Amino acid sequence: MNKLILSGAAIVIFFAIVALFAPLLSPYDPGEIDIENILTGPSPEHLLGTDSLGRDLFSRMVYGTRISLLVGLIAVGISALIGVILGSLAGYYGRWVDTLIMRFVDVMLCFPAFFLILAVIALLEPSIINIMIIIGVTSWMGVARLIRAEILSLKERDFIYAEKAIGASDLRIISRHLIPNAMGPVLVSVTLGVAAAILVESSLSFLGIGVQPPTPSWGNILSEGKSVMGAAWWMLFFPGLAIFITVLGYNLLGEGIRENILKT
Amino acid sequence: MELLKVKNLKKIFPKHKVAAVDGVDISISKGEIYGLVGESGCGKSTIARAILRLIEVQEGSVLYKEQDLLKMPYRKMRAFRKSLQMIFQDPHTSLDPRVKIGEIIEEVFIIHDNLSQQERRNKTLETLEMVGLGEAYLGRLPSELSGGERQRVGIARALATDPEFIICDEPVSSLDISVQAQILNLLMDLQKRKNLTYLFISHDLGVVGSICDRVSVMRKGRFVETAPCEEIFASPKHEYTKTLLNASRLHFR
Repeated sequence: MNKLILSGAAIVIFFAIVALFAPLLSPYDPGEIDIENILTGPSPEHLLGTDSLGRDLFSRMVYGTRISLLVGLIAVGISALIGVILGSLAGYYGRWVDTLIMRFVDVMLCFPAFFLILAVIALLEPSIINIMIIIGVTSWMGVARLIRAEILSLKERDFIYAEKAIGASDLRIISRHLIPNAMGPVLVSVTLGVAAAILVESSLSFLGIGVQPPTPSWGNILSEGKSVMGAAWWMLFFPGLAIFITVLGYNLLGEGIRENILKT
Repeated sequence: MELLKVKNLKKIFPKHKVAAVDGVDISISKGEIYGLVGESGCGKSTIARAILRLIEVQEGSVLYKEQDLLKMPYRKMRAFRKSLQMIFQDPHTSLDPRVKIGEIIEEVFIIHDNLSQQERRNKTLETLEMVGLGEAYLGRLPSELSGGERQRVGIARALATDPEFIICDEPVSSLDISVQAQILNLLMDLQKRKNLTYLFISHDLGVVGSICDRVSVMRKGRFVETAPCEEIFASPKHEYTKTLLNASRLHFR
């Protein structure tokens, strides 16, 4: 185990625990309004201060962790699913199937992803589920290319010929033998993808078209903080810090896995 | 009676433009061991893969019990695969590194037979015992086995479908000399016990000479000579055959 994996995993696990035990960790209801304590700074009663409606920032941050991780993980799950399926079909069948899918990948990559997402959200309503789906369907191309490249080299290996010789179906060969052997690089890509997806969600929420208040997410806490920037530094500092550390954690973990896999 | 008849087989790899196999005819009778010898890259393995339809060919036909395998619909071909199997050259690449030995064999029964889990397990064990491997191997990964043991797994996988005809594509050439003899003996023993038919591919005329009934010598995609084994050794007709013979005699001196 190297330092990259350990430090990355520590961060990822820390935030996963925070998300899992959010109700136990937060001292207040994240939606509880307290007009008497508006925009108070960090104090023993309110560890990270309060926002412009007097809600406890620490509790909102803890619940925001849930939303941000959930969106990140599910979005990446969707993108990995699409990428693995399309990439393995392209790699295994080759010929026109490959051409069709890979040209589609090229087209998808031509769009600036973030503005594509903006445009789609403008048409749909910005709910958490929509955001997960949209991030997922606009970020699978990298995984598809990786899987395809792996399968192109794997399918010429003798054990795949052996599978064909014993009469295994294409579905069995792809799902039982090709994809499991091609998952290494995908795991790295998926881990890095979580970081990217959390960033996209935060950006969307910051712009007000992501997770909608009163549901707290790191991005929309930042967005609220923007309007009270001069008076309440904590409203920008803590969500920014949380996003920074989480993204760092997933990136460290991803790079760590990459180094360990490529070495062996 | 002819079990397998290959007619005018031709394979051109689009990238190289040269025919890897250039009009080859083979006929193999039931119970025969048919040798195929030639230097590496002469097209031996291509023939093996073409017969089993693992690669597509441009021309020719492969008649197995008078049915053309190359023109057979995909579904029917899958059923036919039971009776034609293959043992691969390199046991390090012919087993999926992520699948346990027991599961590699069991997969054959999952694909072809509708058996209960217990029956499958019994048949898996039975098949492994046929090649001299026991229960202890069921849960092991290919990386935990020696080259010879892996090749035994490869043989067991081929036997699992209970085939009549097996293509042995240089089954011993990547093994240690001491293990080569064991694997050859196992193959010969199985051939006698189950009355199997082999197409035995090798670059070593010595190995082929010791086990085959008839031999074809191959060079650059074509057969230069086909004759019963003793004849090839006693009176080789083609220059290339003589060269190969001299090479293998040097080897044994």
